[in-house]
Amino acid sequence: MVEKISLAHGDGGELAHQLIQNVFITTFGHHDQAKLDAAILHIPQEKLTISTDSFVIKPTFFRGGNIGKLAICGTVNDLAVSGATPLYITVAFIIEEGFSIPQLQKIVSSMAEEAKKANVRIVSGDTKVVERGSVDGIFINTTGIGVINTEEMLPKTIDKQDVIIISGTIGDHGISILSARGELGLVTELNSDCASLNDLTSEVLNVSSRVKMMRDPTRGGVATTLVEICEDFNVTIEINEDALPVKEEVEGACDILGFDPLYLANEGKLLLIVAKEDEEKVLAVLKKFDIGREATTIGRVSEVETNGRLFLKMLLGSRRRLNRLAGMQLPRIC
Amino acid sequence: MIETLKQFSSSTISQALLKQIEQKAGEYKEKFGREPALMEVCGSHTMAVAKTGVKKLLAGKVKLISGPGCPVCVTDQKSIDAMIQLAESDERIICTFGDMVRVPGTNRALIDAKTDGRDVRVVYSPCDAVEIAKENPDKQVVFLGIGFETTIPVLAVALKKADDERVTNFSMWVTTKLVEPILRKLLNEGDVQVDGLLLPGHVSIVLGKYHYQYLVDEYRVPGVICGFEPAELLSGIYKSIELLLNENPEIINSHQHVVRDEGNRQAQLMIDQYFQVCDEAWRGIGVIENSGLDIRDQFIHLNAKSRFDIKAGEPKPTRCRCGEIIRGLIPPEECNLFAKACTPVNPIGPCMVSSEGSCAASYQYLREE
Repeated sequence: MVEKISLAHGDGGELAHQLIQNVFITTFGHHDQAKLDAAILHIPQEKLTISTDSFVIKPTFFRGGNIGKLAICGTVNDLAVSGATPLYITVAFIIEEGFSIPQLQKIVSSMAEEAKKANVRIVSGDTKVVERGSVDGIFINTTGIGVINTEEMLPKTIDKQDVIIISGTIGDHGISILSARGELGLVTELNSDCASLNDLTSEVLNVSSRVKMMRDPTRGGVATTLVEICEDFNVTIEINEDALPVKEEVEGACDILGFDPLYLANEGKLLLIVAKEDEEKVLAVLKKFDIGREATTIGRVSEVETNGRLFLKMLLGSRRRLNRLAGMQLPRIC
Repeated sequence: MIETLKQFSSSTISQALLKQIEQKAGEYKEKFGREPALMEVCGSHTMAVAKTGVKKLLAGKVKLISGPGCPVCVTDQKSIDAMIQLAESDERIICTFGDMVRVPGTNRALIDAKTDGRDVRVVYSPCDAVEIAKENPDKQVVFLGIGFETTIPVLAVALKKADDERVTNFSMWVTTKLVEPILRKLLNEGDVQVDGLLLPGHVSIVLGKYHYQYLVDEYRVPGVICGFEPAELLSGIYKSIELLLNENPEIINSHQHVVRDEGNRQAQLMIDQYFQVCDEAWRGIGVIENSGLDIRDQFIHLNAKSRFDIKAGEPKPTRCRCGEIIRGLIPPEECNLFAKACTPVNPIGPCMVSSEGSCAASYQYLREE
């Protein structure tokens, strides 16, 4: 009989105490700290960054990760791409009555493992249990705090001819999740790219002072992220269709389902805007990492102008404008 | 397979083909005094010529007209209203292909019914809907079966599954369309100048090449069956113009790695076994005799139209010009609503919703920079 979460695990009584002791405190390695209502943080720098994100992914477990790993990577990455060193994370769980405790343990363990890898400490947490049907299994919120340790803050002024670099293949997470949902009759061996990027970002910032901006292109994919940059920073960007790194499985699935990899979510990819002179240097650093092995330049800033736009230069030579995706990317029917 | 397709997306081959098309199109213009007009029958072709840039690159040289081949777009407003009405019951689970959920009916779309708590689910295969019916024996599960000959065999497979496994709470609401009657109507009416047809890659897998011989025998219009990669599209266009120049119409199967000349016999048999010809209403066009398929009388127990008492009223007319767009009479940009009142976020007509709709293709890929 698998142990399951009951409403009593969230009522502050004995069962709640046991859950917190056995699952959270043990796995996250908190002991004395858990006796306090709030964590005390020691932060040397003056410039702090803070970011929060909620994770509701379906399915909870997928190839290459689970909701717990994603909840750590997601927040670590939001801090990392702003040029910060992530230090602390808080986690809050909302769990559906009936959720399997061994599965919860797995989720919590991968959070602890990923936090260790990313060198962040989980310093505060909360658990709520709600009636069956009120949430879909488990939802997690994480909030992260980091410090900015470069004198020069990101983003910096973007110039004409700056290059756009991506740290690897695009759309892996999107297709992997679609296939894990099992609703599309699509079977792939594809892993989600879910990974923490803070090692990459700190190494890149160490070698180059000409990194203008970093982003992690999650929901909405590379295209949506770049459209936002074009609009917010008044630049026009042109990316090349033949330069886009896309795994064969992703390309095949997109063909069948009518998706565009440029709009599919990534959870472990770094998108950078870098001055042309540092392009090779940055690429070389990215390629030293396993998750940056396929780093490549995908385009450039073609103009600095108000009403910036994003263009795709296509294989046949013409170019078309890329906009935000309207509505959901839904499977087509024939 | 992907390797095979990759060679068709190669830009060197495509660049060479583009040059040759320009040359042939020039010869055509010299001979006939205008540019050749080709209709891409299939919605996926409409999307592909827009997305790959082929349409833009050939502008002013070859006129590419979007045809009636997007199954969502040709679905009559009244049918859409009926489907939405079908969803307005707590006793039912409505399963549908993705594009349908956002198509606006007279008052609202399926997605609005879903937001209000109705059980509307997007499935990729109609057989998934049969499985959902098995998992929910206390609910009526209805699959909304729309599509052309590509999709109809898949609908038949789901009907077979439900019938074989005696899934009594499953039924299908069918409004399918056939390619031949609408092509005949367009060619008979002659409102739009069509010199040649780019024939659908997917539908032809089922129908084969021989099926289209009537185009040549009765209308003297050539057709080329082609795929969706840039080089496949371009070679289809090239061959079409060549046929026009030679004034020797024929049907060419330029998609031979997928389409057999005789089609897919097994799929055709499945269609025959479960479906019978019926009159169908086409959006903006009206009822065309024998232009669709409905479930055969012997499987009437699987037909949602006889199981449920759904009567949609006459839809309110809108200023949406999807009907003319489907027939190739006007390009999307000529509709006053296009990209103003009607956008993919707030669509007025189905052509702006469907991933194969010509309005969606124009909005996404062909608008002014």
